Amino acid sequence: MITAEQKPLQEIIQYIAPYDKILLVGCNECVTVCAAGGRKEVGLLASALHLNSLKQGKTIDIRELTLERQCDPEYVEELAAEIKDVQAIVSMACGCGVQTVAARYKVPVFPAVNTKFMGASESQGIWAERCQGCGDCMLGITGGICPVARCSKSLLNGPCGGTSNGQCEISPDVDCAWRLIWERLVELGIQDRYEELNAAKDWRPAGGGGPRKIIREDLA
Amino acid sequence: MKTESRLEKVLAAGHIAVTSEVGPPRGCGVEIVKEKANMIKDYVDGINITDNQTAMVRMSSIAGGVIIKQMGLDPIIQMVSRDRNRLAMQADIIGAYALGINTMLCLSGDHPKFGDHPMAKPVYDIDSVNMLKMVKDMRDESKFQGGADIKNPPKMFIGAAANPFADPFELRVARLAKKVAAGVDFIQTQCIFNMDKFEKWMEGVCDRGLHEKVHILAGITPMKSLGMARYMKNKVPGMDVPDEVIKRLEGVSKEQQPEEGIKMAIEQMERLKEVKGVAGFHIMAIEWEERVHELVEGAGLYPRPEV
Ligand code: SF4
Ligand code: SF4
Repeated sequence: MITAEQKPLQEIIQYIAPYDKILLVGCNECVTVCAAGGRKEVGLLASALHLNSLKQGKTIDIRELTLERQCDPEYVEELAAEIKDVQAIVSMACGCGVQTVAARYKVPVFPAVNTKFMGASESQGIWAERCQGCGDCMLGITGGICPVARCSKSLLNGPCGGTSNGQCEISPDVDCAWRLIWERLVELGIQDRYEELNAAKDWRPAGGGGPRKIIREDLA
Repeated sequence: MKTESRLEKVLAAGHIAVTSEVGPPRGCGVEIVKEKANMIKDYVDGINITDNQTAMVRMSSIAGGVIIKQMGLDPIIQMVSRDRNRLAMQADIIGAYALGINTMLCLSGDHPKFGDHPMAKPVYDIDSVNMLKMVKDMRDESKFQGGADIKNPPKMFIGAAANPFADPFELRVARLAKKVAAGVDFIQTQCIFNMDKFEKWMEGVCDRGLHEKVHILAGITPMKSLGMARYMKNKVPGMDVPDEVIKRLEGVSKEQQPEEGIKMAIEQMERLKEVKGVAGFHIMAIEWEERVHELVEGAGLYPRPEV
Protein backbone atom coordinates (compact mmCIF):
# COMPACT_ATOMS: atom_id res chain seq x y z
CA MET A 1 0.00 0.00 0.00
CA ILE A 2 0.93 3.67 -0.10
CA THR A 3 2.41 4.83 3.18
CA ALA A 4 2.24 8.30 4.63
CA GLU A 5 3.15 10.25 7.74
CA GLN A 6 1.45 13.30 9.13
CA LYS A 7 3.19 16.59 8.40
CA PRO A 8 4.49 18.67 11.30
CA LEU A 9 1.52 20.46 12.87
CA GLN A 10 3.20 23.82 12.42
CA GLU A 11 3.31 23.39 8.64
CA ILE A 12 -0.41 22.61 8.50
CA ILE A 13 -1.16 25.60 10.75
CA GLN A 14 0.73 27.89 8.39
CA TYR A 15 -1.23 26.63 5.38
CA ILE A 16 -4.59 27.38 6.95
CA ALA A 17 -3.68 30.57 8.81
CA PRO A 18 -5.62 32.88 6.44
CA TYR A 19 -8.86 30.84 6.70
CA ASP A 20 -11.46 30.18 9.34
CA LYS A 21 -13.80 27.73 7.62
CA ILE A 22 -11.95 24.51 6.91
CA LEU A 23 -12.99 21.12 5.63
CA LEU A 24 -10.72 18.37 6.93
CA VAL A 25 -10.94 15.24 4.81
CA GLY A 26 -9.52 11.82 5.62
CA CYS A 27 -9.38 8.65 3.54
CA ASN A 28 -10.43 5.19 4.58
CA GLU A 29 -7.81 3.31 2.56
CA CYS A 30 -4.00 3.17 2.82
CA VAL A 31 -3.56 6.19 5.10
CA THR A 32 -6.00 4.58 7.53
CA VAL A 33 -3.98 1.39 7.62
CA CYS A 34 -0.72 3.23 8.28
CA ALA A 35 -2.45 5.43 10.87
CA ALA A 36 -1.72 8.69 9.08
CA GLY A 37 -5.00 10.00 7.70
CA GLY A 38 -8.03 7.91 8.61
CA ARG A 39 -11.10 8.89 10.62
CA LYS A 40 -9.20 8.74 13.88
CA GLU A 41 -6.39 10.98 12.68
CA VAL A 42 -8.91 13.43 11.22
CA GLY A 43 -10.43 13.77 14.70
CA LEU A 44 -7.04 14.21 16.36
CA LEU A 45 -5.84 16.77 13.85
CA ALA A 46 -9.12 18.72 14.13
CA SER A 47 -8.71 18.94 17.92
CA ALA A 48 -5.10 20.01 17.61
CA LEU A 49 -6.04 22.76 15.14
CA HIS A 50 -8.91 23.90 17.37
CA LEU A 51 -6.64 24.05 20.36
CA ASN A 52 -4.09 26.04 18.47
CA SER A 53 -6.62 28.60 17.25
CA LEU A 54 -8.02 29.00 20.78
CA LYS A 55 -4.48 29.74 21.93
CA GLN A 56 -4.31 32.42 19.24
CA GLY A 57 -7.55 33.84 20.61
CA LYS A 58 -9.73 33.00 17.63
CA THR A 59 -12.11 30.26 16.69
CA ILE A 60 -12.13 28.31 13.47
CA ASP A 61 -14.85 26.20 12.02
CA ILE A 62 -13.46 22.78 11.07
CA ARG A 63 -15.75 20.28 9.46
CA GLU A 64 -14.53 16.67 9.56
CA LEU A 65 -15.19 14.05 6.95
CA THR A 66 -13.57 10.79 5.89
CA LEU A 67 -14.16 9.43 2.43
CA GLU A 68 -14.18 5.80 1.47
CA ARG A 69 -11.46 6.57 -1.05
CA GLN A 70 -10.07 9.97 -1.89
CA CYS A 71 -8.30 9.00 -5.13
CA ASP A 72 -11.61 8.21 -6.81
CA PRO A 73 -13.87 10.94 -8.28
CA GLU A 74 -16.95 8.94 -7.40
CA TYR A 75 -16.28 9.30 -3.67
CA VAL A 76 -14.81 12.78 -3.90
CA GLU A 77 -18.19 13.87 -5.30
CA GLU A 78 -19.59 13.44 -1.78
CA LEU A 79 -17.79 16.62 -0.76
CA ALA A 80 -19.96 18.72 -3.07
CA ALA A 81 -22.67 18.96 -0.43
CA GLU A 82 -20.20 20.10 2.23
CA ILE A 83 -18.21 22.62 0.27
CA LYS A 84 -20.52 25.67 0.14
CA ASP A 85 -18.89 28.20 2.45
CA VAL A 86 -15.66 26.31 3.03
CA GLN A 87 -12.57 28.46 2.42
CA ALA A 88 -9.96 25.70 2.36
CA ILE A 89 -9.72 21.94 2.34
CA VAL A 90 -7.08 20.05 4.28
CA SER A 91 -6.64 16.56 2.89
CA MET A 92 -5.23 13.74 4.95
CA ALA A 93 -5.01 11.38 1.98
CA CYS A 94 -1.91 10.51 -0.03
CA GLY A 95 -0.84 12.78 -2.87
CA CYS A 96 -3.27 11.04 -5.23
CA GLY A 97 -6.20 11.87 -2.98
CA VAL A 98 -5.13 15.49 -2.54
CA GLN A 99 -4.91 15.92 -6.31
CA THR A 100 -8.24 14.27 -7.01
CA VAL A 101 -9.93 16.65 -4.59
CA ALA A 102 -8.05 19.66 -5.93
CA ALA A 103 -9.03 18.76 -9.49
CA ARG A 104 -12.73 18.72 -8.59
CA TYR A 105 -13.20 21.82 -6.39
CA LYS A 106 -12.26 25.46 -6.80
CA VAL A 107 -11.02 25.74 -3.23
CA PRO A 108 -7.41 25.65 -2.05
CA VAL A 109 -6.49 22.12 -0.97
CA PHE A 110 -3.58 21.55 1.43
CA PRO A 111 -1.89 18.25 2.18
CA ALA A 112 -1.71 17.20 5.81
CA VAL A 113 0.50 14.19 5.23
CA ASN A 114 3.77 13.44 3.51
CA THR A 115 3.24 10.57 1.10
CA LYS A 116 6.14 8.18 1.49
CA PHE A 117 6.45 4.96 -0.49
CA MET A 118 4.86 1.68 -1.40
CA GLY A 119 5.44 -0.48 1.58
CA ALA A 120 4.41 -3.55 3.45
CA SER A 121 3.85 -3.93 7.14
CA GLU A 122 6.82 -5.71 8.71
CA SER A 123 5.28 -5.84 12.15
CA GLN A 124 2.93 -3.72 14.25
CA GLY A 125 3.74 -0.08 13.57
CA ILE A 126 6.57 -0.73 11.11
CA TRP A 127 6.24 -0.26 7.36
CA ALA A 128 9.07 -0.89 4.93
CA GLU A 129 9.55 -0.01 1.29
CA ARG A 130 9.05 -2.99 -0.99
CA CYS A 131 8.29 -1.70 -4.47
CA GLN A 132 9.10 1.34 -6.59
CA GLY A 133 6.48 0.61 -9.20
CA CYS A 134 9.09 0.08 -11.92
CA GLY A 135 6.36 -1.11 -14.27
CA ASP A 136 8.20 -4.27 -15.32
CA CYS A 137 8.37 -6.53 -12.32
CA MET A 138 11.51 -8.60 -11.85
CA LEU A 139 10.42 -10.53 -8.77
CA GLY A 140 10.05 -13.67 -10.86
CA ILE A 141 13.81 -13.87 -11.41
CA THR A 142 15.00 -12.56 -8.06
CA GLY A 143 13.32 -14.99 -5.74
CA GLY A 144 10.53 -12.60 -4.83
CA ILE A 145 12.82 -9.92 -3.41
CA CYS A 146 12.98 -6.59 -5.21
CA PRO A 147 16.44 -5.34 -6.21
CA VAL A 148 15.04 -2.08 -7.55
CA ALA A 149 13.41 -0.94 -4.33
CA ARG A 150 15.44 -2.82 -1.75
CA CYS A 151 19.02 -2.47 -2.98
CA SER A 152 20.20 1.05 -2.12
CA LYS A 153 21.81 1.28 -5.56
CA SER A 154 19.08 -0.59 -7.48
CA LEU A 155 21.72 -3.01 -8.75
CA LEU A 156 20.33 -5.69 -11.05
CA ASN A 157 23.21 -8.15 -11.17
CA GLY A 158 24.29 -8.83 -7.66
CA PRO A 159 25.70 -7.15 -4.61
CA CYS A 160 28.18 -4.30 -4.61
CA GLY A 161 31.41 -4.61 -2.69
CA GLY A 162 30.03 -2.74 0.27
CA THR A 163 28.02 -5.44 2.02
CA SER A 164 29.12 -5.97 5.61
CA ASN A 165 27.91 -8.93 7.63
CA GLY A 166 25.10 -9.30 5.15
CA GLN A 167 23.87 -5.77 5.67
CA CYS A 168 23.79 -2.90 3.20
CA GLU A 169 26.73 -0.53 3.08
CA ILE A 170 24.50 2.40 3.92
CA SER A 171 23.59 1.06 7.36
CA PRO A 172 23.83 -2.04 9.54
CA ASP A 173 20.05 -1.65 9.98
CA VAL A 174 19.36 -2.24 6.29
CA ASP A 175 19.41 -5.76 4.87
CA CYS A 176 21.51 -6.15 1.73
CA ALA A 177 18.83 -6.99 -0.83
CA TRP A 178 21.28 -9.09 -2.82
CA ARG A 179 22.25 -11.12 0.22
CA LEU A 180 18.54 -11.82 0.69
CA ILE A 181 18.09 -12.68 -2.97
CA TRP A 182 21.07 -15.04 -2.94
CA GLU A 183 19.91 -16.80 0.22
CA ARG A 184 16.47 -17.20 -1.24
CA LEU A 185 17.80 -18.62 -4.53
CA VAL A 186 19.97 -21.06 -2.56
CA GLU A 187 17.01 -22.01 -0.39
CA LEU A 188 14.99 -22.76 -3.51
CA GLY A 189 17.91 -24.63 -5.06
CA ILE A 190 18.01 -22.33 -8.09
CA GLN A 191 21.20 -20.36 -7.37
CA ASP A 192 22.40 -20.99 -10.94
CA ARG A 193 19.88 -18.37 -11.98
CA TYR A 194 22.05 -15.78 -10.33
CA GLU A 195 24.51 -15.93 -13.20
CA GLU A 196 22.01 -14.97 -15.87
CA LEU A 197 22.72 -11.39 -16.87
CA ASN A 198 19.91 -8.99 -16.20
CA ALA A 199 20.15 -6.40 -18.96
CA ALA A 200 20.22 -2.70 -18.24
CA LYS A 201 16.72 -1.76 -17.21
CA ASP A 202 14.28 0.08 -19.42
CA TRP A 203 13.15 2.81 -17.03
CA ARG A 204 10.35 4.08 -19.26
CA PRO A 205 7.66 1.99 -17.56
CA ALA A 206 9.14 3.17 -14.26
CA GLY A 207 8.29 6.79 -15.00
CA GLY A 208 11.31 7.63 -17.13
CA GLY A 209 8.94 7.94 -20.06
CA GLY A 210 6.82 10.64 -18.45
CA PRO A 211 3.67 10.32 -16.33
CA ARG A 212 2.21 6.85 -16.52
CA LYS A 213 -1.32 5.78 -17.27
CA ILE A 214 -3.21 2.52 -17.44
CA ILE A 215 -6.13 2.36 -19.83
CA ARG A 216 -8.44 -0.62 -19.66
CA GLU A 217 -10.71 -0.31 -22.65
CA ASP A 218 -13.02 -2.96 -21.26
CA LEU A 219 -13.65 -0.90 -18.13
CA ALA A 220 -13.38 2.64 -19.47
CA MET B 1 45.34 -6.79 -28.68
CA LYS B 2 42.03 -5.09 -28.24
CA THR B 3 43.44 -1.69 -27.39
CA GLU B 4 46.52 0.50 -27.21
CA SER B 5 46.52 0.27 -23.43
CA ARG B 6 49.94 -0.10 -21.85
CA LEU B 7 48.36 -2.19 -19.11
CA GLU B 8 46.99 -4.59 -21.71
CA LYS B 9 50.44 -4.92 -23.29
CA VAL B 10 52.13 -5.63 -19.97
CA LEU B 11 49.55 -8.25 -19.06
CA ALA B 12 49.52 -9.83 -22.51
CA ALA B 13 53.31 -10.17 -22.34
CA GLY B 14 52.87 -12.15 -19.15
CA HIS B 15 54.54 -9.64 -16.82
CA ILE B 16 53.28 -9.11 -13.30
CA ALA B 17 51.47 -5.80 -13.73
CA VAL B 18 51.49 -3.01 -11.17
CA THR B 19 48.96 -0.23 -10.96
CA SER B 20 48.41 2.37 -8.32
CA GLU B 21 46.10 5.29 -7.83
CA VAL B 22 45.87 9.00 -7.43
CA GLY B 23 42.93 10.66 -5.74
CA PRO B 24 42.38 14.01 -7.48
CA PRO B 25 42.16 17.13 -5.32
CA ARG B 26 38.98 18.76 -4.08
CA GLY B 27 39.81 21.82 -6.10
CA CYS B 28 41.59 22.81 -9.28
CA GLY B 29 45.15 22.07 -8.18
CA VAL B 30 46.79 20.69 -11.29
CA GLU B 31 50.12 20.56 -9.48
CA ILE B 32 48.69 18.23 -6.83
CA VAL B 33 47.80 15.67 -9.49
CA LYS B 34 51.24 16.01 -11.08
CA GLU B 35 53.06 15.73 -7.79
CA LYS B 36 51.26 12.53 -6.82
CA ALA B 37 51.69 11.05 -10.28
CA ASN B 38 55.39 11.90 -10.27
CA MET B 39 55.89 9.99 -7.05
CA ILE B 40 54.68 6.72 -8.56
CA LYS B 41 55.25 7.08 -12.29
CA ASP B 42 58.32 4.87 -12.66
CA TYR B 43 56.89 2.10 -10.54
CA VAL B 44 53.55 1.38 -12.19
CA ASP B 45 52.05 0.43 -15.56
CA GLY B 46 48.96 2.50 -15.08
CA ILE B 47 47.59 5.12 -12.69
CA ASN B 48 43.98 4.93 -11.54
CA ILE B 49 42.27 8.26 -11.04
CA THR B 50 39.37 7.92 -8.66
CA ASP B 51 35.93 9.28 -9.51
CA ASN B 52 34.37 11.32 -6.71
CA GLN B 53 35.84 8.83 -4.29
CA THR B 54 33.74 8.12 -1.16
CA ALA B 55 31.02 10.27 -2.75
CA MET B 56 32.94 13.51 -2.23
CA VAL B 57 33.23 15.95 -5.12
CA ARG B 58 36.74 16.05 -6.57
CA MET B 59 38.34 17.10 -9.82
CA SER B 60 36.80 14.80 -12.45
CA SER B 61 38.66 11.59 -13.13
CA ILE B 62 38.79 12.42 -16.83
CA ALA B 63 40.38 15.81 -16.17
CA GLY B 64 42.88 14.15 -13.83
CA GLY B 65 43.47 11.47 -16.43
CA VAL B 66 44.22 14.02 -19.13
CA ILE B 67 46.71 15.81 -16.87
CA ILE B 68 48.44 12.51 -16.29
CA LYS B 69 48.31 11.65 -20.00
CA GLN B 70 49.93 14.99 -20.80
CA MET B 71 52.80 13.97 -18.53
CA GLY B 72 53.36 11.04 -20.87
CA LEU B 73 51.95 8.51 -18.37
CA ASP B 74 49.14 5.97 -18.51
CA PRO B 75 45.92 6.93 -16.75
CA ILE B 76 43.18 4.46 -15.84
CA ILE B 77 40.07 6.49 -15.29
CA GLN B 78 37.53 5.23 -12.82
CA MET B 79 33.86 5.82 -13.56
CA VAL B 80 31.04 5.29 -11.11
CA SER B 81 27.45 4.73 -12.16
CA ARG B 82 26.28 6.63 -9.10
CA ASP B 83 26.71 10.04 -10.71
CA ARG B 84 25.69 9.62 -14.34
CA ASN B 85 23.04 7.99 -16.45
CA ARG B 86 23.98 5.99 -19.52
CA LEU B 87 23.94 9.00 -21.84
CA ALA B 88 26.38 10.95 -19.71
CA MET B 89 28.61 7.91 -19.29
CA GLN B 90 28.87 7.19 -22.99
CA ALA B 91 29.52 10.83 -23.77
CA ASP B 92 32.30 10.87 -21.17
CA ILE B 93 33.77 7.60 -22.43
CA ILE B 94 33.97 8.91 -25.98
CA GLY B 95 35.34 12.21 -24.71
CA ALA B 96 37.96 10.53 -22.56
CA TYR B 97 39.10 8.34 -25.42
CA ALA B 98 39.25 11.34 -27.74
CA LEU B 99 41.61 12.93 -25.21
CA GLY B 100 43.92 9.93 -25.24
CA ILE B 101 42.61 7.76 -22.41
CA ASN B 102 42.36 4.09 -23.30
CA THR B 103 41.93 2.28 -19.99
CA MET B 104 39.05 2.55 -17.56
CA LEU B 105 37.45 0.96 -14.54
CA CYS B 106 33.69 0.49 -14.22
CA LEU B 107 32.27 0.79 -10.71
CA SER B 108 28.94 1.34 -9.04
CA GLY B 109 30.50 3.74 -6.51
CA ASP B 110 29.91 4.36 -2.83
CA HIS B 111 26.42 5.50 -1.92
CA PRO B 112 26.07 9.30 -1.60
CA LYS B 113 25.25 8.76 2.02
CA PHE B 114 28.98 8.49 2.74
CA GLY B 115 30.03 11.78 1.23
CA ASP B 116 29.36 15.42 1.92
CA HIS B 117 26.37 15.56 -0.43
CA PRO B 118 24.11 12.99 1.19
CA MET B 119 21.17 15.03 -0.09
CA ALA B 120 22.09 14.32 -3.71
CA LYS B 121 19.88 12.18 -5.90
CA PRO B 122 21.88 9.05 -6.74
CA VAL B 123 21.58 7.94 -10.35
CA TYR B 124 22.41 4.22 -10.63
CA ASP B 125 20.74 4.08 -14.04
CA ILE B 126 22.77 0.97 -14.84
CA ASP B 127 24.89 -1.22 -12.60
CA SER B 128 28.59 -1.96 -13.00
CA VAL B 129 27.94 -5.22 -14.88
CA ASN B 130 25.81 -3.49 -17.48
CA MET B 131 28.31 -0.66 -17.61
CA LEU B 132 31.05 -3.16 -18.53
CA LYS B 133 28.87 -4.61 -21.21
CA MET B 134 28.08 -1.15 -22.52
CA VAL B 135 31.77 -0.21 -22.82
CA LYS B 136 32.58 -3.56 -24.43
CA ASP B 137 29.77 -3.18 -26.98
CA MET B 138 30.94 0.35 -27.71
CA ARG B 139 34.43 -1.01 -28.39
CA ASP B 140 33.78 -4.36 -30.07
CA GLU B 141 30.42 -3.81 -31.77
CA SER B 142 30.68 -0.06 -32.36
CA LYS B 143 27.26 0.23 -30.78
CA PHE B 144 25.82 2.66 -28.31
CA GLN B 145 23.88 1.13 -25.46
CA GLY B 146 20.68 2.25 -27.15
CA GLY B 147 21.60 0.31 -30.29
CA ALA B 148 22.77 3.03 -32.70
CA ASP B 149 26.13 2.79 -34.48
CA ILE B 150 29.21 4.67 -33.30
CA LYS B 151 31.39 6.07 -36.04
CA ASN B 152 34.74 6.24 -34.27
CA PRO B 153 34.31 3.91 -31.32
CA PRO B 154 36.37 4.26 -28.14
CA LYS B 155 38.80 1.35 -27.77
CA MET B 156 38.91 1.03 -24.01
CA PHE B 157 40.71 -1.64 -22.01
CA ILE B 158 38.01 -2.40 -19.47
CA GLY B 159 38.45 -3.03 -15.80
CA ALA B 160 36.18 -3.65 -12.85
CA ALA B 161 36.49 -4.20 -9.14
CA ALA B 162 35.93 -7.36 -7.16
CA ASN B 163 35.55 -7.69 -3.43
CA PRO B 164 36.28 -11.27 -2.38
CA PHE B 165 35.48 -10.36 1.23
CA ALA B 166 31.94 -9.05 1.06
CA ASP B 167 29.05 -11.32 1.96
CA PRO B 168 27.87 -13.81 1.04
CA PHE B 169 31.28 -15.34 0.32
CA GLU B 170 29.89 -18.27 -1.72
CA LEU B 171 28.48 -15.81 -4.19
CA ARG B 172 31.70 -13.92 -4.81
CA VAL B 173 33.12 -16.20 -7.50
CA ALA B 174 29.76 -16.20 -9.26
CA ARG B 175 29.79 -12.43 -9.09
CA LEU B 176 33.16 -12.36 -10.86
CA ALA B 177 31.87 -14.85 -13.43
CA LYS B 178 29.11 -12.40 -14.23
CA LYS B 179 31.59 -9.61 -14.84
CA VAL B 180 33.64 -11.92 -17.03
CA ALA B 181 30.53 -12.81 -19.01
CA ALA B 182 29.83 -9.10 -19.43
CA GLY B 183 33.27 -8.65 -21.00
CA VAL B 184 35.68 -7.35 -18.37
CA ASP B 185 39.40 -7.41 -19.29
CA PHE B 186 41.01 -6.88 -15.91
CA ILE B 187 40.02 -6.83 -12.27
CA GLN B 188 41.42 -4.82 -9.39
CA THR B 189 40.40 -6.37 -6.09
CA GLN B 190 39.46 -4.76 -2.83
CA CYS B 191 42.38 -4.27 -0.40
CA ILE B 192 43.48 -7.69 0.79
CA PHE B 193 44.24 -8.21 4.46
CA ASN B 194 42.65 -11.59 5.02
CA MET B 195 45.06 -13.65 2.95
CA ASP B 196 43.46 -17.02 3.63
CA LYS B 197 40.08 -15.85 2.46
CA PHE B 198 41.61 -14.28 -0.64
CA GLU B 199 43.41 -17.50 -1.51
CA LYS B 200 40.21 -19.43 -1.06
CA TRP B 201 38.47 -17.05 -3.44
CA MET B 202 41.26 -17.39 -6.00
CA GLU B 203 40.93 -21.16 -5.80
CA GLY B 204 37.27 -20.84 -6.67
CA VAL B 205 38.17 -18.44 -9.49
CA CYS B 206 40.77 -20.87 -10.94
CA ASP B 207 38.48 -23.89 -10.53
CA ARG B 208 36.14 -22.20 -12.95
CA GLY B 209 38.95 -21.14 -15.27
CA LEU B 210 38.05 -17.48 -14.82
CA HIS B 211 41.70 -16.52 -14.32
CA GLU B 212 42.27 -17.43 -17.96
CA LYS B 213 39.62 -15.01 -19.12
CA VAL B 214 40.44 -12.01 -16.98
CA HIS B 215 43.63 -10.57 -15.48
CA ILE B 216 43.32 -10.27 -11.74
CA LEU B 217 45.31 -7.59 -9.94
CA ALA B 218 45.44 -8.11 -6.18
CA GLY B 219 44.61 -5.01 -4.12
CA ILE B 220 47.35 -3.94 -1.71
CA THR B 221 47.06 -1.23 0.92
CA PRO B 222 49.93 -0.63 3.33
CA MET B 223 48.77 0.22 6.85
CA LYS B 224 50.11 3.56 8.03
CA SER B 225 49.25 3.03 11.65
CA LEU B 226 47.31 0.98 14.13
CA GLY B 227 44.62 3.66 14.06
CA MET B 228 44.16 3.21 10.33
CA ALA B 229 43.93 -0.57 10.68
CA ARG B 230 41.26 -0.25 13.36
CA TYR B 231 39.35 2.28 11.30
CA MET B 232 39.42 0.02 8.25
CA LYS B 233 38.31 -2.94 10.31
CA ASN B 234 35.38 -1.18 11.92
CA LYS B 235 34.29 1.66 9.67
CA VAL B 236 34.90 0.88 6.02
CA PRO B 237 32.14 -1.16 4.39
CA GLY B 238 33.19 -4.43 2.81
CA MET B 239 36.68 -4.45 4.38
CA ASP B 240 38.01 -7.56 6.10
CA VAL B 241 40.90 -6.82 8.48
CA PRO B 242 41.73 -9.90 10.59
CA ASP B 243 42.81 -9.60 14.20
CA GLU B 244 46.37 -10.77 13.37
CA VAL B 245 46.92 -7.56 11.40
CA ILE B 246 45.78 -5.45 14.34
CA LYS B 247 47.87 -7.51 16.77
CA ARG B 248 51.00 -7.23 14.69
CA LEU B 249 50.71 -3.44 14.61
CA GLU B 250 49.95 -3.35 18.33
CA GLY B 251 53.20 -5.22 18.83
CA VAL B 252 55.40 -2.35 17.65
CA SER B 253 55.85 1.23 18.85
CA LYS B 254 53.83 4.02 17.28
CA GLU B 255 56.92 5.30 15.44
CA GLN B 256 57.60 1.84 14.04
CA GLN B 257 54.04 1.25 12.78
CA PRO B 258 54.51 2.80 9.31
CA GLU B 259 57.61 0.65 8.70
CA GLU B 260 55.78 -2.42 9.93
CA GLY B 261 52.89 -1.58 7.61
CA ILE B 262 55.21 -1.39 4.61
CA LYS B 263 56.92 -4.61 5.64
CA MET B 264 53.60 -6.40 5.95
CA ALA B 265 52.50 -5.23 2.51
CA ILE B 266 55.71 -6.46 0.91
CA GLU B 267 55.37 -9.84 2.61
CA GLN B 268 51.82 -10.03 1.29
CA MET B 269 52.95 -9.26 -2.24
CA GLU B 270 55.63 -11.94 -2.03
CA ARG B 271 53.03 -14.48 -0.94
CA LEU B 272 50.49 -13.36 -3.53
CA LYS B 273 53.02 -13.65 -6.36
CA GLU B 274 52.86 -17.39 -5.77
CA VAL B 275 49.07 -17.59 -5.86
CA LYS B 276 47.73 -19.12 -9.04
CA GLY B 277 45.72 -16.64 -11.08
CA VAL B 278 47.20 -13.44 -9.64
CA ALA B 279 48.39 -11.40 -12.62
CA GLY B 280 49.57 -8.31 -10.79
CA PHE B 281 49.00 -5.78 -8.06
CA HIS B 282 46.91 -2.72 -7.57
CA ILE B 283 48.43 -0.59 -4.84
CA MET B 284 46.01 1.71 -3.07
CA ALA B 285 48.28 3.79 -0.90
CA ILE B 286 45.57 6.27 0.17
CA GLU B 287 47.49 9.57 0.48
CA TRP B 288 50.76 7.73 0.93
CA GLU B 289 51.93 7.82 -2.67
CA GLU B 290 55.51 8.61 -1.61
CA ARG B 291 55.93 5.09 -0.25
CA VAL B 292 54.59 3.16 -3.26
CA HIS B 293 58.08 2.76 -4.73
CA GLU B 294 59.20 0.90 -1.60
CA LEU B 295 56.51 -1.74 -2.10
CA VAL B 296 57.31 -2.19 -5.78
CA GLU B 297 61.05 -2.42 -5.12
CA GLY B 298 60.58 -4.52 -2.02
CA ALA B 299 58.52 -7.07 -3.92
CA GLY B 300 61.16 -7.24 -6.66
CA LEU B 301 58.95 -5.63 -9.29
CA TYR B 302 61.24 -2.78 -10.22
CA PRO B 303 62.12 -1.74 -12.88
CA ARG B 304 58.85 -1.98 -14.76
CA PRO B 305 59.04 -3.78 -18.11
CA GLU B 306 59.35 -1.94 -21.42
CA VAL B 307 56.46 -2.80 -23.73
S1 SF4 C 1 10.69 -5.17 -9.66
FE1 SF4 C 1 9.61 -3.25 -9.99
S2 SF4 C 1 7.44 -3.76 -9.87
FE2 SF4 C 1 8.58 -5.51 -9.01
S3 SF4 C 1 8.63 -5.09 -6.82
FE3 SF4 C 1 10.48 -4.17 -7.68
S4 SF4 C 1 9.97 -2.06 -8.18
FE4 SF4 C 1 8.06 -3.17 -7.82
S1 SF4 D 1 25.13 -3.49 0.11
FE1 SF4 D 1 23.61 -4.73 -0.93
S2 SF4 D 1 21.69 -3.54 -0.80
FE2 SF4 D 1 23.35 -2.18 -0.27
S3 SF4 D 1 23.86 -1.14 -2.16
FE3 SF4 D 1 25.25 -2.91 -2.02
S4 SF4 D 1 24.18 -4.55 -3.06
FE4 SF4 D 1 22.67 -2.95 -2.69
